[in-house]
Amino acid sequence: MNFFANLGPHANFILAAYGVTALTLGALIVWVSLDYRAQRKIIRDLESRKSKP
Amino acid sequence: MPLIDLANPHRFQRLAAVLIPLFGALAAALIGIGLVMGFRAPPDYQQGEMVKVMYIHVPFAWLSLAAYTLMAIAALGTIVWRHPLADVAGKAAAQVGAAFCFLCLVTGSLWGRPTWGTYWVWDPRLTSVLVLFLLYLGVLSLWRAFDDPNRAGRAAAILALVGFINVPIVKFSVDWWNSIHQPASVSRFGTPTIDPSMLYPLLISAAGFFALFAALHLAAMRNELLRRRARTLRILKAAEVEA
Repeated sequence: MNFFANLGPHANFILAAYGVTALTLGALIVWVSLDYRAQRKIIRDLESRKSKP
Repeated sequence: MPLIDLANPHRFQRLAAVLIPLFGALAAALIGIGLVMGFRAPPDYQQGEMVKVMYIHVPFAWLSLAAYTLMAIAALGTIVWRHPLADVAGKAAAQVGAAFCFLCLVTGSLWGRPTWGTYWVWDPRLTSVLVLFLLYLGVLSLWRAFDDPNRAGRAAAILALVGFINVPIVKFSVDWWNSIHQPASVSRFGTPTIDPSMLYPLLISAAGFFALFAALHLAAMRNELLRRRARTLRILKAAEVEA
């Protein structure tokens, strides 16, 4: 409570800026991680099919 | 290690596996320290506590320009030297750079409302950064417009190079035209005009966001190399079926 009071009369703008930053960067990190897993899975599947006679 | 050696996907994957967590940990530590120092710093004599937005907005502005510059250098690598890793680096820079440019615009808008009384104004600095964001989106659209990554890479590289003219316009817009945006305070000739109590947290958090960019850029490059390997395997598989 004290923390928010210390941010002054425009605390909402400061918190919104940090909130959007956390959401966007979090989404970017998750997207890059999921894409990595997805590409690895596609390659594993393709390679396993390739090895069949 | 010569740059051409990194074009070997296995070598790049091994290097990326070491560097991505290293840059990620460095980013977490530096951003954490920078923001804690920034929130403990005294308020600005004019802007009060709103100056706390500076510790994220300014690094995003620097990174927007740095990522575009990296994309333009990669575009040169694609068009002039045809380095196999150049368009992979360019595409990854566009993906991550667009996100940082978006954050620069949003945090700047949220900073502008209490400071200038408006979220947006068609000011030279703001407009040129919006153009930069649209250029990022244009490059990303070109990457999606072609099935063949080589053709997409060539088209995206041409747009990236032509659009690079906007980078000095963004940087010097506050000097060339009358702007509501403040001129450079840190990266200017002579000494910075920011008090050290705010300058050091800004520089530390900026170093952290640059490390985060490096980690995300390498990770996006690794993903793109895997995507291309998958594409090659699909083509080989299709050729086997036809034979």
